[in-house]
Amino acid sequence: MRRIRSMLLAASAAALLAAASPAPASAAGSMVVTYKDDVSTLDPAIGYDWQNWSMIKSLFDGLMDYKPGTTELTPDLAESYEISPDGTQYTFKLRQGAKFHNGRELTAEDVKYSIERVVNPKTQSPGAGFFGSIKGWEEVSGGQSETLSGITVVDPRTVRFDLSRPDATFLHVMAINFSFPVPKEEVDRLGADFGKSPVGNGAFKLAEWTLGQRVVFERNPDYWKQGLPKLDRIEFQIGQEPTVALLRLQRGEVDILGDGIPPARFLEVKNDPANEGLIVEGGQLHTGYVTMNVKTPPFDNVKVRQAVNMAINKDRIVKIINNRAVPANQPLPPSMPGYDKNYKGYAYDPEGAKKLLAEAGHPNGFETELYANNTDPNPRIAQAIQQDLAAIGIKANLKTLAQSAVIQAGGEGSAPMIWSGGMAWIADFPDPSNFYGPILGCGGAVQGGWNWAWYCNEELDKMAAEADALTDPAKKAEREEAWRKIFIRIMEDAPWAPVFNEQRFTMHAPRVQGDEALFVDPVHIPVHYDDVSVAQ
Amino acid sequence: MVRFLLSRLAQSVFILIGVTMITFALAFLVPADPVRMIAGRNATPTVVENIRHQLGLDRPIPVQYASYLTRLAQGDLGRSYMQRTDVSTLIASRLPATLLLMAGAIFFELLIGLSAGIWAATRRGRFSDKAVMVASFVGVSAPHFLLGLLLLYVFANLLGLFPLGGYGTWRHLVLPALTLGIAGGGWYGRVMRSSMVDVLRQDYIRTARAKGLKERKVVLVHALRNAILPIVAMIGLDIGIFMSGAVVVESVYGWPGIGQLAWQAIQVIDIPIIMGVTLTAAVAIVIGNLVADLVTPFIDPRVRL
Repeated sequence: MRRIRSMLLAASAAALLAAASPAPASAAGSMVVTYKDDVSTLDPAIGYDWQNWSMIKSLFDGLMDYKPGTTELTPDLAESYEISPDGTQYTFKLRQGAKFHNGRELTAEDVKYSIERVVNPKTQSPGAGFFGSIKGWEEVSGGQSETLSGITVVDPRTVRFDLSRPDATFLHVMAINFSFPVPKEEVDRLGADFGKSPVGNGAFKLAEWTLGQRVVFERNPDYWKQGLPKLDRIEFQIGQEPTVALLRLQRGEVDILGDGIPPARFLEVKNDPANEGLIVEGGQLHTGYVTMNVKTPPFDNVKVRQAVNMAINKDRIVKIINNRAVPANQPLPPSMPGYDKNYKGYAYDPEGAKKLLAEAGHPNGFETELYANNTDPNPRIAQAIQQDLAAIGIKANLKTLAQSAVIQAGGEGSAPMIWSGGMAWIADFPDPSNFYGPILGCGGAVQGGWNWAWYCNEELDKMAAEADALTDPAKKAEREEAWRKIFIRIMEDAPWAPVFNEQRFTMHAPRVQGDEALFVDPVHIPVHYDDVSVAQ
Repeated sequence: MVRFLLSRLAQSVFILIGVTMITFALAFLVPADPVRMIAGRNATPTVVENIRHQLGLDRPIPVQYASYLTRLAQGDLGRSYMQRTDVSTLIASRLPATLLLMAGAIFFELLIGLSAGIWAATRRGRFSDKAVMVASFVGVSAPHFLLGLLLLYVFANLLGLFPLGGYGTWRHLVLPALTLGIAGGGWYGRVMRSSMVDVLRQDYIRTARAKGLKERKVVLVHALRNAILPIVAMIGLDIGIFMSGAVVVESVYGWPGIGQLAWQAIQVIDIPIIMGVTLTAAVAIVIGNLVADLVTPFIDPRVRL
C-alpha cells in the first residue's frame, strides 16, 4: 500500500512537471518501446528471442510467476499447489475467473493441451526439452503419442503432473513461457498463424501488428489481477537502430530502449548529468566464459585449463567494455541462488600460469584456436584474451565467425576454445540447475549439444540429480548449498574460464514510472511491461 | 521486337533457375545448422532430429532442391523457419516500403547525378569540374551508415525538418532516399560527365552549334539524349540492387524494407526467406535490365531490338 501511495505522489509530481513542459509525443497511459530486430512470433510455444520473450509474458500468464522485480516464485494462474512428499507429483488448483482474450474461462484441459502441444514434434518448439521430467515425454517427443501420460485433468480446475523423477525446478518450468496455456479453439482456427494473431490470457492483448514496423498491445479489460496492467497501450516499434532510438528517447518520442544503450555511446550517455535517474543498473542472469574442450589435448590436462584461468586479465576485459560487467570467478552469476560469494576463484597470475603450463609439459606453450562471435564487442574481447594467453606462451589463433557457425563448431567438438559472448548463457529461469545440465552436464556433451567444453563428470551429474530431488520448498537452502558445491567442484576441474557477468543498464524516458527493480527485472527484459506506468 | 522479348524471357527463366540453384547450394554450404537455430539450446538430440524431419531437411539436398522448385512453380515460396509465416506474406509486407525507397533513391540519384555530370562536362578542366568530381567521389565513398546518421542528426535532430526515422509520410522518405541518392548520384555524375564529354566532341554537336543554337539547347536537347544511354542501363541495375534491400540505410532510418528482412534471416540461416529475397531481387534485376533495353530504342533510334 505504501508503495502505491508513494508512486501516486511521484506520478502527480511528474504530471505537474509534464504540464509545465511541452506535452510528450505519445498519448497518456501509453508507452513506446523500440527494437532493432523483428518480432518473429508471439506464440508462447515457439517464441524464444530477445524481443518476444517478455512480450509473450504480458500476453499470456502461466501457472506460476515471479514477484515483479525479483526471482521469487509465486502462484499465478494457479491459486495453490501441492507437491507430494517424494517430489514426483505436482497438483495445481486453478484460479477462478481467469479468462482468455476471447472470453472463455481457462480450464485444466487448456493446461494439459498446451504443454502437449509444445512437446509434440509437429509444433517444432524450442521449449520441448523443458518438460522432460513429465511422464510420457519420450513417447510424445518421439512422435509415438500425442498425450502426455503424466498430465491428468482431475477436474476442470485441478491438474496433476506425474514426474518420472523428482524435479525441484518444476515450479520454474511452470513459470516459463513454453508452459503458458493457449486456447485450443483459437490454435485450431488460426493454425500456424497463431503466432501472428495470438489469443492469450495476460494483462495485455494484441491490438495491431504491422509486419516489420509495429506491434501494439492494449489493456485486457477483463484481466483478473486488480489494477493491472498500469498502461492502456504499449507500442513496440520495430526496425529501430539503437543509436537513433536513443536520439528519439532524448526528444521524448520513445520511452524505453528495448535493445539498451548503444555500446559506442554508453560512457557519454551514462556520464551525462541530464540522464541522471533515467538509467537503472542491475544484475543479469548471465555469465561470459571461455570453454576449453576437455576431450582434446592439450586441454585434457586440468593444469592447462587452470593456467588459462589464471592467465586472463578479467579486470582489463571489463574495462574494454566500459565497465558494463563485473569480473566472474564461477559459472553462476551473483544474482543467481547458489552463487558462492566467499569463493575466490583463480586470481590473475601470469607467472603462476606459466609454472602450471610447465608442470603440464608445455614449458614453451602451444598453439590452439579461439572461436568467437563476430559481432562487437566480442572480437575485441577475444583479442584481449588472445594477448593474455600469448603472455604465458599460448598462441591462440582467432576464428571470429557468425553466431550459428560458432554454435556448430562447439556442438561438434571441433573448437578447442570458445569465447561465449554473443551466444552466452542467459538463464531461462532463475535456478542454478539451468546453468548445469545443458552446458556443463553429461547430457549436453553430445553431438549438437551446448556443452562446448565437453565436460562430463558422472559424479557431479549424480549430485545434480540429488540436488534437484530436494523438491520440498522448506529445503531450499539445503538445495542451494548442494548446487554451490557442484559449481565449486566444477571450478576445480576448470572446464571453463569464467570472465564476466554482464550488468544491465535500462534507460527510460522521465515519464515512465515505477519501482527501480521493475526496470531491471531478472525475468522480464527490458522492463516489466505489466507493472510500469507513465506520468499522465 | 517480339522475338527479342521472347528470347529474353526464355533466358530469364534459365537465369532465375541458376540463381535458385546457387543460393540453395550456398545456404547448405554454410557451416551451420538451421535446425539447431530453431531448436534452441535446450533441445535434446531427439527434438533436433524431429524438427529436421518435419522440415524435410533430412533428405538429400538434390531432393530438397527439386521439391523447392516444384513448390516454387506453384507460386509457393515456403514458410519461414523462425517467423513461422509464409515467406510471400513477409516479402509482400515489405515490398511497398522497398519500392518507395527505390523510387525516391533513383529520383535523387538522377537529380544529383545528372546535374553534377552535365555541369562538370560543360566546364571540363576548370576548377568547378574538378570540384564537382571530387564531391562526387566523396559521395560515392561515404559509408552509408555515417552519411545516414549525419543527415539524420543535422536535418532531423538539430533542425527538426524531418522525422527521426520511421515510415509513413513523404517526410519520412526524404532523408533515406537522399542518403542513397548522394551515394548513387556520385556514380551517376561521373558516368554522365564522361559520356557527355564524349558526345560533346561529336560532329553533330559542332553542327548544332554552327547553326547558331543556344548552348543550353545544344547540351540539354541534342547532347543529353545520346549521353544519357549509359545512365538508363545503370538505372536498370539499380532497380535490382535496391530490390534486394538497402540494408544499412533501412537500418539507420528504421525503414521497413526487404533488406532488414534479409539481414535478419541470414543471421539465423532462415533458408526460405534467404531464397525468397534472393529470387525477388533476381527477378527485379532481370526486369530492370529488360526495361532498360526496351526503353533504349525510344531514346536512341539507332538502336534496334
